Amino acid sequence: MKRLLHVLQLGETPADRIVPPSGYTARLTTFTAAAMAFLAVFALAMSLAAGRLADRWETALAQSATIRLAAPEDQLGAQTAAVLEVLRTTPGVTHSRVIPPEEQRALLEPWFGPDLPVETLPLPQLVEVVGDRYDPEGLRLRLAAEAPGAIFDDHTRWRRPLVSAAHRLRLLGATSILLIAGAVAAMITLAAGAALSANAQVIRVLRLVGARDAFIGQAFVRRFTLRALAGAAMGTAAGMLGIFILPAADEAGGFLTGLGFQGWHWLWPLLIPPLAAAVGFVATRAAAARALRELK
Amino acid sequence: MIDLQNVAYSYGGGELLSDISFKLAPGSFHFLTGPSGSGKTTFLKLCYAELLPTGGNIHIFDRDVRSLSRDDVATVRRRIGVVHQDCAFLDHLSLAENVALPLMVAGMDPHPDDLHDLLGWVGLRSHAGALPPQLSGGERQRAALARAVIMSPDVVLADEPTGNLDWEMSMRLLTLLIELNRMGKTVLIATHDLNLIRSAKAQVAARVLRIQNRRLQLAGADL
Ligand SMILES: Nc1ncnc2c1ncn2[C@@H]1O[C@H](COP(=O)(O)OP(=O)(O)O)[C@@H](O)[C@H]1O
Ligand SMILES: [Mg+2]
Repeated sequence: MKRLLHVLQLGETPADRIVPPSGYTARLTTFTAAAMAFLAVFALAMSLAAGRLADRWETALAQSATIRLAAPEDQLGAQTAAVLEVLRTTPGVTHSRVIPPEEQRALLEPWFGPDLPVETLPLPQLVEVVGDRYDPEGLRLRLAAEAPGAIFDDHTRWRRPLVSAAHRLRLLGATSILLIAGAVAAMITLAAGAALSANAQVIRVLRLVGARDAFIGQAFVRRFTLRALAGAAMGTAAGMLGIFILPAADEAGGFLTGLGFQGWHWLWPLLIPPLAAAVGFVATRAAAARALRELK
Repeated sequence: MIDLQNVAYSYGGGELLSDISFKLAPGSFHFLTGPSGSGKTTFLKLCYAELLPTGGNIHIFDRDVRSLSRDDVATVRRRIGVVHQDCAFLDHLSLAENVALPLMVAGMDPHPDDLHDLLGWVGLRSHAGALPPQLSGGERQRAALARAVIMSPDVVLADEPTGNLDWEMSMRLLTLLIELNRMGKTVLIATHDLNLIRSAKAQVAARVLRIQNRRLQLAGADL
Protein backbone atom coordinates (compact mmCIF):
# COMPACT_ATOMS: atom_id res chain seq x y z
CA MET A 1 0.00 0.00 0.00
CA LYS A 2 2.81 2.36 0.91
CA ARG A 3 4.50 1.53 -2.37
CA LEU A 4 1.29 2.20 -4.24
CA LEU A 5 0.97 5.62 -2.63
CA HIS A 6 4.62 6.31 -3.33
CA VAL A 7 4.03 5.48 -6.98
CA LEU A 8 1.09 7.87 -7.09
CA GLN A 9 2.97 10.85 -5.70
CA LEU A 10 2.30 13.99 -7.64
CA GLY A 11 4.74 15.86 -9.79
CA GLU A 12 7.37 14.47 -12.06
CA THR A 13 9.96 12.16 -10.54
CA PRO A 14 13.44 11.81 -12.08
CA ALA A 15 12.52 8.32 -13.30
CA ASP A 16 9.65 9.80 -15.32
CA ARG A 17 12.06 11.77 -17.46
CA ILE A 18 14.60 9.07 -17.78
CA VAL A 19 12.26 6.68 -19.57
CA PRO A 20 11.19 8.23 -22.89
CA PRO A 21 7.49 8.95 -23.26
CA SER A 22 5.59 5.96 -24.63
CA GLY A 23 2.64 7.75 -26.22
CA TYR A 24 0.94 4.93 -28.07
CA THR A 25 0.80 2.15 -25.49
CA ALA A 26 0.07 4.67 -22.76
CA ARG A 27 -2.91 6.09 -24.65
CA LEU A 28 -4.20 2.59 -25.33
CA THR A 29 -3.99 1.86 -21.64
CA THR A 30 -5.98 4.96 -20.78
CA PHE A 31 -8.61 4.10 -23.34
CA THR A 32 -8.96 0.48 -22.22
CA ALA A 33 -9.18 1.47 -18.57
CA ALA A 34 -11.89 4.02 -19.44
CA ALA A 35 -13.94 1.55 -21.49
CA MET A 36 -13.63 -1.17 -18.87
CA ALA A 37 -14.58 1.20 -16.05
CA PHE A 38 -17.63 2.28 -18.03
CA LEU A 39 -18.70 -1.35 -18.37
CA ALA A 40 -17.94 -1.99 -14.72
CA VAL A 41 -20.31 0.78 -13.67
CA PHE A 42 -23.17 -0.94 -15.48
CA ALA A 43 -22.23 -4.37 -14.18
CA LEU A 44 -22.20 -2.89 -10.70
CA ALA A 45 -25.57 -1.18 -11.20
CA MET A 46 -27.06 -4.41 -12.50
CA SER A 47 -25.65 -6.35 -9.61
CA LEU A 48 -27.00 -3.90 -7.03
CA ALA A 49 -30.42 -3.67 -8.70
CA ALA A 50 -30.69 -7.45 -8.91
CA GLY A 51 -29.74 -7.64 -5.27
CA ARG A 52 -32.47 -5.16 -4.31
CA LEU A 53 -35.00 -7.05 -6.37
CA ALA A 54 -34.06 -10.38 -4.82
CA ASP A 55 -34.31 -8.89 -1.34
CA ARG A 56 -37.69 -7.35 -2.00
CA TRP A 57 -39.17 -10.45 -3.53
CA GLU A 58 -37.72 -12.62 -0.83
CA THR A 59 -39.22 -10.46 1.90
CA ALA A 60 -42.59 -10.53 0.21
CA LEU A 61 -42.25 -14.25 -0.29
CA ALA A 62 -41.54 -14.84 3.34
CA GLN A 63 -44.14 -12.50 4.68
CA SER A 64 -47.38 -12.56 2.82
CA ALA A 65 -49.62 -15.34 1.65
CA THR A 66 -53.34 -15.70 0.99
CA ILE A 67 -55.95 -18.28 1.66
CA ARG A 68 -58.78 -18.61 -0.84
CA LEU A 69 -61.90 -20.03 0.68
CA ALA A 70 -64.61 -21.33 -1.65
CA ALA A 71 -67.55 -22.93 0.07
CA PRO A 72 -71.33 -23.08 -0.26
CA GLU A 73 -72.98 -19.92 1.11
CA ASP A 74 -74.26 -21.60 4.25
CA GLN A 75 -70.86 -23.03 5.23
CA LEU A 76 -68.80 -19.98 4.39
CA GLY A 77 -69.15 -18.34 7.81
CA ALA A 78 -68.20 -21.46 9.71
CA GLN A 79 -65.26 -22.30 7.48
CA THR A 80 -63.97 -18.73 7.67
CA ALA A 81 -64.05 -18.95 11.44
CA ALA A 82 -62.27 -22.30 11.27
CA VAL A 83 -59.57 -20.89 9.03
CA LEU A 84 -59.00 -17.94 11.36
CA GLU A 85 -58.81 -20.29 14.33
CA VAL A 86 -56.24 -22.46 12.56
CA LEU A 87 -54.17 -19.39 11.74
CA ARG A 88 -54.44 -18.04 15.27
CA THR A 89 -53.00 -21.26 16.64
CA THR A 90 -50.28 -21.67 14.01
CA PRO A 91 -46.85 -20.75 15.42
CA GLY A 92 -45.08 -18.15 13.28
CA VAL A 93 -48.22 -16.50 11.90
CA THR A 94 -48.19 -13.00 13.33
CA HIS A 95 -51.32 -11.60 11.76
CA SER A 96 -54.30 -12.75 9.76
CA ARG A 97 -57.22 -10.84 8.36
CA VAL A 98 -60.32 -11.45 6.33
CA ILE A 99 -60.22 -9.21 3.30
CA PRO A 100 -63.53 -7.35 3.23
CA PRO A 101 -65.64 -7.13 0.03
CA GLU A 102 -64.67 -3.48 -0.62
CA GLU A 103 -61.00 -4.42 -0.77
CA GLN A 104 -61.75 -7.33 -3.02
CA ARG A 105 -63.63 -4.97 -5.25
CA ALA A 106 -60.61 -2.67 -5.31
CA LEU A 107 -58.40 -5.58 -6.29
CA LEU A 108 -60.67 -6.47 -9.20
CA GLU A 109 -61.38 -2.96 -10.34
CA PRO A 110 -58.40 -2.63 -12.68
CA TRP A 111 -59.73 -5.58 -14.63
CA PHE A 112 -63.52 -5.24 -14.49
CA GLY A 113 -64.21 -1.58 -13.78
CA PRO A 114 -65.86 -0.01 -10.75
CA ASP A 115 -69.42 -1.20 -11.35
CA LEU A 116 -68.83 -4.85 -10.75
CA PRO A 117 -71.46 -6.26 -8.39
CA VAL A 118 -68.95 -8.19 -6.35
CA GLU A 119 -71.62 -9.39 -3.93
CA THR A 120 -73.44 -11.33 -6.60
CA LEU A 121 -70.37 -13.11 -7.93
CA PRO A 122 -69.37 -16.49 -6.53
CA LEU A 123 -66.03 -15.08 -5.47
CA PRO A 124 -63.91 -16.94 -2.94
CA GLN A 125 -63.35 -15.33 0.42
CA LEU A 126 -59.76 -14.13 0.76
CA VAL A 127 -57.81 -14.30 4.01
CA GLU A 128 -54.43 -12.57 4.27
CA VAL A 129 -51.72 -14.34 6.24
CA VAL A 130 -48.74 -12.36 7.51
CA GLY A 131 -45.81 -13.91 9.31
CA ASP A 132 -42.57 -15.68 8.79
CA ARG A 133 -41.05 -18.94 9.90
CA TYR A 134 -44.32 -20.83 9.89
CA ASP A 135 -44.42 -24.18 8.20
CA PRO A 136 -46.49 -23.85 5.00
CA GLU A 137 -46.91 -27.60 4.53
CA GLY A 138 -48.19 -28.12 8.08
CA LEU A 139 -50.57 -25.22 7.62
CA ARG A 140 -51.83 -26.66 4.37
CA LEU A 141 -52.57 -30.03 6.03
CA ARG A 142 -54.35 -28.47 8.99
CA LEU A 143 -56.48 -26.32 6.68
CA ALA A 144 -57.45 -29.34 4.59
CA ALA A 145 -58.70 -31.03 7.74
CA GLU A 146 -60.49 -28.06 9.31
CA ALA A 147 -61.75 -26.12 6.28
CA PRO A 148 -61.94 -28.32 3.17
CA GLY A 149 -62.77 -25.34 0.93
CA ALA A 150 -59.57 -23.43 1.81
CA ILE A 151 -56.64 -23.22 -0.56
CA PHE A 152 -53.41 -21.87 0.85
CA ASP A 153 -51.33 -19.90 -1.61
CA ASP A 154 -47.97 -18.58 -0.44
CA HIS A 155 -47.06 -17.32 -3.95
CA THR A 156 -44.04 -19.57 -3.85
CA ARG A 157 -44.80 -21.14 -7.16
CA TRP A 158 -44.31 -18.02 -9.20
CA ARG A 159 -42.02 -16.04 -6.99
CA ARG A 160 -39.39 -18.63 -6.19
CA PRO A 161 -37.97 -18.74 -9.75
CA LEU A 162 -37.93 -14.95 -9.88
CA VAL A 163 -35.98 -14.73 -6.67
CA SER A 164 -33.43 -17.25 -7.85
CA ALA A 165 -33.20 -15.46 -11.20
CA ALA A 166 -32.48 -12.22 -9.37
CA HIS A 167 -29.82 -13.94 -7.30
CA ARG A 168 -28.29 -15.39 -10.43
CA LEU A 169 -28.29 -11.94 -12.03
CA ARG A 170 -26.47 -10.46 -9.07
CA LEU A 171 -23.87 -13.21 -9.32
CA LEU A 172 -23.46 -12.56 -13.04
CA GLY A 173 -22.92 -8.86 -12.33
CA ALA A 174 -20.24 -9.63 -9.76
CA THR A 175 -18.59 -12.11 -12.12
CA SER A 176 -18.57 -9.48 -14.86
CA ILE A 177 -16.77 -7.06 -12.58
CA LEU A 178 -14.13 -9.67 -11.79
CA LEU A 179 -13.71 -10.48 -15.48
CA ILE A 180 -13.37 -6.79 -16.30
CA ALA A 181 -10.67 -6.45 -13.64
CA GLY A 182 -8.92 -9.48 -15.12
CA ALA A 183 -9.13 -8.05 -18.64
CA VAL A 184 -7.64 -4.75 -17.43
CA ALA A 185 -4.83 -6.63 -15.71
CA ALA A 186 -4.12 -8.63 -18.86
CA MET A 187 -4.18 -5.57 -21.10
CA ILE A 188 -1.89 -3.56 -18.84
CA THR A 189 0.50 -6.50 -18.55
CA LEU A 190 0.72 -6.62 -22.34
CA ALA A 191 1.09 -2.86 -22.72
CA ALA A 192 3.72 -2.62 -19.98
CA GLY A 193 5.58 -5.57 -21.48
CA ALA A 194 5.55 -3.88 -24.89
CA ALA A 195 6.77 -0.60 -23.41
CA LEU A 196 9.55 -2.36 -21.54
CA SER A 197 10.83 -4.24 -24.56
CA ALA A 198 10.55 -1.12 -26.73
CA ASN A 199 12.88 0.52 -24.21
CA ALA A 200 15.36 -2.32 -23.89
CA GLN A 201 18.17 -0.03 -25.05
CA VAL A 202 17.28 2.64 -22.49
CA ILE A 203 17.13 0.03 -19.77
CA ARG A 204 20.55 -1.28 -20.80
CA VAL A 205 22.06 2.19 -20.46
CA LEU A 206 20.38 2.71 -17.10
CA ARG A 207 21.76 -0.60 -15.84
CA LEU A 208 25.22 0.37 -17.07
CA VAL A 209 25.22 3.58 -15.07
CA GLY A 210 24.15 1.76 -11.91
CA ALA A 211 20.34 1.90 -11.86
CA ARG A 212 18.63 -0.74 -9.75
CA ASP A 213 15.74 -2.73 -11.20
CA ALA A 214 13.37 -1.17 -8.67
CA PHE A 215 14.23 2.31 -9.93
CA ILE A 216 13.75 1.39 -13.59
CA GLY A 217 10.58 -0.56 -12.88
CA GLN A 218 9.13 2.33 -10.90
CA ALA A 219 9.12 4.61 -13.91
CA PHE A 220 7.00 2.14 -15.85
CA VAL A 221 4.81 1.15 -12.91
CA ARG A 222 4.05 4.78 -12.15
CA ARG A 223 3.21 5.58 -15.73
CA PHE A 224 0.79 2.69 -16.19
CA THR A 225 -0.77 3.01 -12.74
CA LEU A 226 -1.51 6.68 -13.36
CA ARG A 227 -2.88 5.89 -16.83
CA ALA A 228 -5.16 3.19 -15.43
CA LEU A 229 -6.34 5.55 -12.71
CA ALA A 230 -7.03 8.43 -15.08
CA GLY A 231 -8.74 6.23 -17.67
CA ALA A 232 -10.90 4.49 -15.08
CA ALA A 233 -11.87 7.83 -13.55
CA MET A 234 -13.10 9.06 -16.93
CA GLY A 235 -14.94 5.81 -17.69
CA THR A 236 -16.54 5.73 -14.27
CA ALA A 237 -17.68 9.33 -14.53
CA ALA A 238 -19.22 8.65 -17.94
CA GLY A 239 -20.91 5.47 -16.71
CA MET A 240 -22.31 7.17 -13.62
CA LEU A 241 -23.57 10.06 -15.72
CA GLY A 242 -25.23 7.57 -18.08
CA ILE A 243 -27.04 5.96 -15.19
CA PHE A 244 -27.90 9.26 -13.60
CA ILE A 245 -29.72 10.45 -16.71
CA LEU A 246 -31.66 7.23 -17.22
CA PRO A 247 -35.33 8.28 -17.37
CA ALA A 248 -36.79 8.03 -13.89
CA ALA A 249 -39.73 5.73 -13.32
CA ASP A 250 -41.12 4.30 -10.14
CA GLU A 251 -39.82 1.01 -8.92
CA ALA A 252 -42.99 -0.71 -10.07
CA GLY A 253 -41.76 -0.03 -13.57
CA GLY A 254 -39.71 -3.10 -13.05
CA PHE A 255 -36.15 -4.15 -13.16
CA LEU A 256 -35.03 -1.98 -16.05
CA THR A 257 -35.96 1.35 -14.50
CA GLY A 258 -34.73 0.15 -11.13
CA LEU A 259 -31.22 -0.06 -12.61
CA GLY A 260 -29.87 3.12 -11.03
CA PHE A 261 -27.92 3.47 -7.83
CA GLN A 262 -29.86 4.36 -4.73
CA GLY A 263 -28.70 6.50 -1.82
CA TRP A 264 -25.25 5.65 -0.59
CA HIS A 265 -24.93 3.02 -3.29
CA TRP A 266 -23.76 5.90 -5.47
CA LEU A 267 -20.48 5.56 -3.56
CA TRP A 268 -19.86 2.05 -4.86
CA PRO A 269 -18.74 3.02 -8.40
CA LEU A 270 -16.24 5.47 -6.87
CA LEU A 271 -14.25 2.39 -5.88
CA ILE A 272 -13.68 1.53 -9.54
CA PRO A 273 -10.83 4.01 -10.31
CA PRO A 274 -8.72 3.12 -7.24
CA LEU A 275 -9.37 -0.54 -7.97
CA ALA A 276 -8.20 -0.05 -11.57
CA ALA A 277 -5.09 1.75 -10.29
CA ALA A 278 -4.37 -1.13 -7.93
CA VAL A 279 -4.83 -3.65 -10.74
CA GLY A 280 -2.54 -1.58 -12.99
CA PHE A 281 0.06 -1.30 -10.23
CA VAL A 282 0.20 -5.02 -9.54
CA ALA A 283 0.13 -5.98 -13.22
CA THR A 284 2.90 -3.54 -14.23
CA ARG A 285 5.07 -4.47 -11.28
CA ALA A 286 4.88 -8.12 -12.21
CA ALA A 287 5.53 -7.34 -15.89
CA ALA A 288 8.48 -5.07 -15.04
CA ALA A 289 10.04 -7.56 -12.66
CA ARG A 290 9.80 -10.28 -15.30
CA ALA A 291 11.06 -8.10 -18.17
CA LEU A 292 14.00 -6.71 -16.18
CA ARG A 293 15.10 -10.17 -15.14
CA GLU A 294 15.10 -11.22 -18.78
CA LEU A 295 16.96 -8.17 -20.05
CA LYS A 296 20.52 -8.46 -18.96
CA MET B 1 40.35 -3.32 -6.45
CA ILE B 2 39.69 -5.63 -9.38
CA ASP B 3 41.30 -9.01 -9.13
CA LEU B 4 41.21 -11.69 -11.84
CA GLN B 5 42.43 -15.22 -11.13
CA ASN B 6 42.89 -17.68 -14.00
CA VAL B 7 39.95 -16.10 -15.77
CA ALA B 8 38.63 -17.55 -19.00
CA TYR B 9 35.83 -16.25 -21.14
CA SER B 10 33.98 -17.69 -24.10
CA TYR B 11 30.92 -16.35 -25.89
CA GLY B 12 29.89 -19.90 -26.65
CA GLY B 13 32.45 -20.90 -29.26
CA GLY B 14 36.08 -21.34 -28.41
CA GLU B 15 37.69 -19.42 -25.55
CA LEU B 16 38.32 -15.78 -26.35
CA LEU B 17 40.32 -15.19 -23.17
CA SER B 18 42.22 -17.87 -21.31
CA ASP B 19 43.97 -18.14 -17.98
CA ILE B 20 44.16 -14.44 -17.26
CA SER B 21 45.41 -13.37 -13.86
CA PHE B 22 45.70 -9.69 -13.07
CA LYS B 23 45.33 -7.34 -10.13
CA LEU B 24 44.31 -3.75 -10.74
CA ALA B 25 46.15 -1.85 -8.01
CA PRO B 26 44.67 1.34 -6.54
CA GLY B 27 46.03 4.51 -8.13
CA SER B 28 47.60 2.69 -11.07
CA PHE B 29 47.41 3.74 -14.71
CA HIS B 30 47.11 0.97 -17.29
CA PHE B 31 46.67 0.66 -20.99
CA LEU B 32 45.12 -2.43 -22.47
CA THR B 33 46.04 -3.05 -26.05
CA GLY B 34 45.74 -5.76 -28.65
CA PRO B 35 44.46 -6.22 -32.15
CA SER B 36 40.86 -5.50 -32.95
CA GLY B 37 38.72 -8.46 -31.94
CA SER B 38 41.27 -9.70 -29.43
CA GLY B 39 38.85 -9.22 -26.52
CA LYS B 40 39.65 -5.80 -25.01
CA THR B 41 36.00 -4.83 -24.66
CA THR B 42 35.21 -8.28 -23.30
CA PHE B 43 37.97 -7.88 -20.72
CA LEU B 44 36.53 -4.54 -19.57
CA LYS B 45 33.02 -6.00 -19.39
CA LEU B 46 34.36 -8.68 -17.08
CA CYS B 47 35.84 -5.91 -14.94
CA TYR B 48 32.52 -4.16 -14.40
CA ALA B 49 30.43 -7.31 -14.05
CA GLU B 50 28.62 -6.93 -17.34
CA LEU B 51 29.88 -10.44 -18.11
CA LEU B 52 30.63 -13.27 -15.72
CA PRO B 53 33.79 -15.31 -16.34
CA THR B 54 33.26 -18.78 -17.79
CA GLY B 55 36.34 -19.94 -15.93
CA GLY B 56 38.38 -18.74 -12.96
CA ASN B 57 37.35 -16.04 -10.47
CA ILE B 58 36.96 -12.29 -10.47
CA HIS B 59 36.75 -10.20 -7.32
CA ILE B 60 35.58 -6.61 -7.57
CA PHE B 61 36.16 -4.59 -4.39
CA ASP B 62 36.83 -7.90 -2.65
CA ARG B 63 33.55 -9.47 -3.68
CA ASP B 64 33.24 -12.50 -5.92
CA VAL B 65 31.33 -11.35 -9.00
CA ARG B 66 29.40 -14.60 -9.09
CA SER B 67 27.91 -13.85 -5.68
CA LEU B 68 26.67 -10.39 -6.66
CA SER B 69 22.91 -9.87 -6.89
CA ARG B 70 21.51 -7.57 -9.56
CA ASP B 71 21.32 -4.78 -6.98
CA ASP B 72 24.91 -5.46 -5.93
CA VAL B 73 25.98 -5.11 -9.56
CA ALA B 74 24.22 -1.73 -9.68
CA THR B 75 26.10 -0.67 -6.54
CA VAL B 76 29.44 -1.82 -7.97
CA ARG B 77 28.84 0.21 -11.12
CA ARG B 78 28.43 3.35 -9.06
CA ARG B 79 32.04 2.87 -7.93
CA ILE B 80 33.42 2.10 -11.39
CA GLY B 81 33.13 4.82 -14.02
CA VAL B 82 32.99 3.40 -17.52
CA VAL B 83 33.51 5.22 -20.81
CA HIS B 84 31.75 2.85 -23.18
CA GLN B 85 32.97 2.28 -26.69
CA ASP B 86 29.61 3.39 -28.10
CA CYS B 87 29.09 6.01 -25.35
CA ALA B 88 25.53 4.70 -24.73
CA PHE B 89 23.58 7.90 -24.16
CA LEU B 90 19.84 8.38 -23.80
CA ASP B 91 18.98 10.38 -26.91
CA HIS B 92 15.88 12.05 -25.44
CA LEU B 93 17.84 13.63 -22.59
CA SER B 94 20.12 16.64 -22.85
CA LEU B 95 23.86 16.27 -22.56
CA ALA B 96 23.78 17.67 -19.02
CA GLU B 97 21.09 15.20 -18.00
CA ASN B 98 23.02 12.35 -19.58
CA VAL B 99 26.12 13.35 -17.67
CA ALA B 100 24.11 13.52 -14.44
CA LEU B 101 22.35 10.21 -15.13
CA PRO B 102 24.40 8.08 -12.69
CA LEU B 103 23.46 10.53 -9.91
CA MET B 104 19.81 10.54 -10.87
CA VAL B 105 19.47 6.76 -10.95
CA ALA B 106 21.15 6.65 -7.56
CA GLY B 107 18.41 8.93 -6.25
CA MET B 108 20.69 11.94 -5.81
CA ASP B 109 20.23 15.41 -7.18
CA PRO B 110 23.15 16.76 -9.18
CA HIS B 111 24.42 19.97 -7.66
CA PRO B 112 24.12 22.55 -10.47
CA ASP B 113 27.52 24.10 -9.69
CA ASP B 114 29.27 20.74 -9.66
CA LEU B 115 27.64 19.76 -12.94
CA HIS B 116 28.65 23.12 -14.39
CA ASP B 117 32.25 22.63 -13.25
CA LEU B 118 32.35 19.10 -14.60
CA LEU B 119 31.05 20.19 -18.00
CA GLY B 120 33.62 22.98 -17.94
CA TRP B 121 36.38 20.48 -17.17
CA VAL B 122 35.56 18.52 -20.36
CA GLY B 123 34.93 21.74 -22.30
CA LEU B 124 31.24 21.19 -22.94
CA ARG B 125 29.70 23.94 -20.87
CA SER B 126 28.12 25.57 -23.89
CA HIS B 127 26.59 22.27 -25.04
CA ALA B 128 24.78 21.46 -21.79
CA GLY B 129 21.34 21.59 -23.41
CA ALA B 130 22.22 19.77 -26.62
CA LEU B 131 20.82 16.33 -27.38
CA PRO B 132 23.39 13.55 -27.91
CA PRO B 133 22.66 13.08 -31.65
CA GLN B 134 23.62 16.71 -32.20
CA LEU B 135 27.13 16.19 -30.77
CA SER B 136 30.32 15.41 -32.62
CA GLY B 137 32.35 12.28 -31.89
CA GLY B 138 34.81 14.14 -29.70
CA GLU B 139 32.06 15.88 -27.76
CA ARG B 140 30.33 12.56 -27.17
CA GLN B 141 33.54 10.99 -25.90
CA ARG B 142 34.17 13.87 -23.51
CA ALA B 143 30.57 13.77 -22.30
CA ALA B 144 30.95 10.02 -21.73
CA LEU B 145 34.05 10.71 -19.65
CA ALA B 146 32.22 13.35 -17.61
CA ARG B 147 29.41 10.86 -16.97
CA ALA B 148 31.92 8.20 -15.98
CA VAL B 149 33.42 10.38 -13.25
CA ILE B 150 30.36 12.19 -11.89
CA MET B 151 29.90 9.65 -9.09
CA SER B 152 33.54 10.20 -8.14
CA PRO B 153 34.32 6.53 -8.73
CA ASP B 154 37.46 4.79 -7.50
CA VAL B 155 38.14 3.26 -10.89
CA VAL B 156 37.73 4.64 -14.40
CA LEU B 157 37.60 2.17 -17.29
CA ALA B 158 37.69 3.65 -20.79
CA ASP B 159 37.03 1.58 -23.90
CA GLU B 160 38.69 3.14 -26.97
CA PRO B 161 37.97 6.66 -25.67
CA THR B 162 39.84 8.19 -28.59
CA GLY B 163 38.35 5.72 -31.06
CA ASN B 164 37.51 8.08 -33.89
CA LEU B 165 38.96 11.34 -32.71
CA ASP B 166 41.62 13.42 -34.35
CA TRP B 167 45.01 13.68 -32.69
CA GLU B 168 44.42 16.98 -30.95
CA MET B 169 41.12 15.79 -29.45
CA SER B 170 42.74 12.51 -28.43
CA MET B 171 45.40 14.42 -26.54
CA ARG B 172 42.79 16.50 -24.79
CA LEU B 173 41.00 13.39 -23.63
CA LEU B 174 44.23 11.75 -22.54
CA THR B 175 45.10 14.82 -20.51
CA LEU B 176 41.76 14.54 -18.72
CA LEU B 177 42.38 10.89 -17.92
CA ILE B 178 45.88 11.65 -16.63
CA GLU B 179 44.44 14.41 -14.45
CA LEU B 180 42.00 11.89 -12.99
CA ASN B 181 44.87 9.56 -12.19
CA ARG B 182 46.74 12.39 -10.46
CA MET B 183 43.63 12.90 -8.33
CA GLY B 184 44.08 9.32 -7.17
CA LYS B 185 41.75 7.43 -9.47
CA THR B 186 42.72 4.08 -10.87
CA VAL B 187 42.62 4.28 -14.67
CA LEU B 188 42.48 1.54 -17.29
CA ILE B 189 42.28 2.50 -20.96
CA ALA B 190 41.65 0.01 -23.75
CA THR B 191 43.10 1.26 -27.00
CA HIS B 192 44.87 0.04 -30.09
CA ASP B 193 46.42 3.47 -30.65
CA LEU B 194 50.12 3.04 -29.89
CA ASN B 195 50.87 6.73 -30.40
CA LEU B 196 48.45 7.55 -27.62
CA ILE B 197 50.26 5.13 -25.33
CA ARG B 198 53.64 6.61 -26.20
CA SER B 199 52.61 10.16 -25.45
CA ALA B 200 50.96 9.07 -22.20
CA LYS B 201 54.09 7.31 -21.05
CA ALA B 202 55.91 10.61 -21.27
CA GLN B 203 53.55 12.08 -18.68
CA VAL B 204 52.53 9.28 -16.35
CA ALA B 205 53.84 5.99 -15.06
CA ALA B 206 51.61 3.88 -17.26
CA ARG B 207 51.85 0.13 -17.61
CA VAL B 208 50.80 -1.53 -20.82
CA LEU B 209 48.92 -4.82 -20.97
CA ARG B 210 48.48 -6.67 -24.20
CA ILE B 211 46.03 -9.39 -25.14
CA GLN B 212 47.73 -11.81 -27.47
CA ASN B 213 46.72 -15.36 -28.28
CA ARG B 214 43.96 -15.20 -25.68
CA ARG B 215 46.46 -14.35 -22.90
CA LEU B 216 47.18 -11.14 -21.09
CA GLN B 217 50.80 -10.08 -21.11
CA LEU B 218 52.69 -7.16 -19.72
CA ALA B 219 54.16 -5.38 -22.71
CA GLY B 220 57.83 -4.55 -22.50
CA ALA B 221 59.64 -1.33 -23.13
CA ASP B 222 59.36 -1.83 -26.86
CA LEU B 223 56.48 0.62 -27.05
N1 LIG C 1 27.98 -10.64 -27.47
C1 LIG C 1 28.84 -11.35 -28.22
N2 LIG C 1 28.51 -12.57 -28.65
C2 LIG C 1 29.36 -13.30 -29.38
N3 LIG C 1 30.58 -12.89 -29.73
C3 LIG C 1 30.98 -11.68 -29.33
C4 LIG C 1 30.13 -10.84 -28.55
N4 LIG C 1 30.78 -9.71 -28.28
C5 LIG C 1 32.00 -9.82 -28.88
N5 LIG C 1 32.10 -10.99 -29.50
C6 LIG C 1 33.29 -11.46 -30.22
O1 LIG C 1 34.37 -11.54 -29.34
C7 LIG C 1 35.56 -11.10 -29.96
C8 LIG C 1 36.19 -10.00 -29.13
O2 LIG C 1 35.38 -8.87 -29.12
P1 LIG C 1 35.77 -7.58 -28.32
O3 LIG C 1 35.92 -7.94 -26.88
O4 LIG C 1 34.78 -6.53 -28.61
O5 LIG C 1 37.19 -7.24 -28.94
P2 LIG C 1 37.94 -5.83 -29.03
O6 LIG C 1 37.27 -4.88 -28.11
O7 LIG C 1 39.35 -6.15 -28.64
O8 LIG C 1 37.88 -5.41 -30.44
C9 LIG C 1 35.17 -10.63 -31.35
O9 LIG C 1 35.52 -11.66 -32.26
C10 LIG C 1 33.70 -10.47 -31.28
O10 LIG C 1 33.12 -10.79 -32.51
MG1 LIG D 1 36.31 -3.15 -28.35
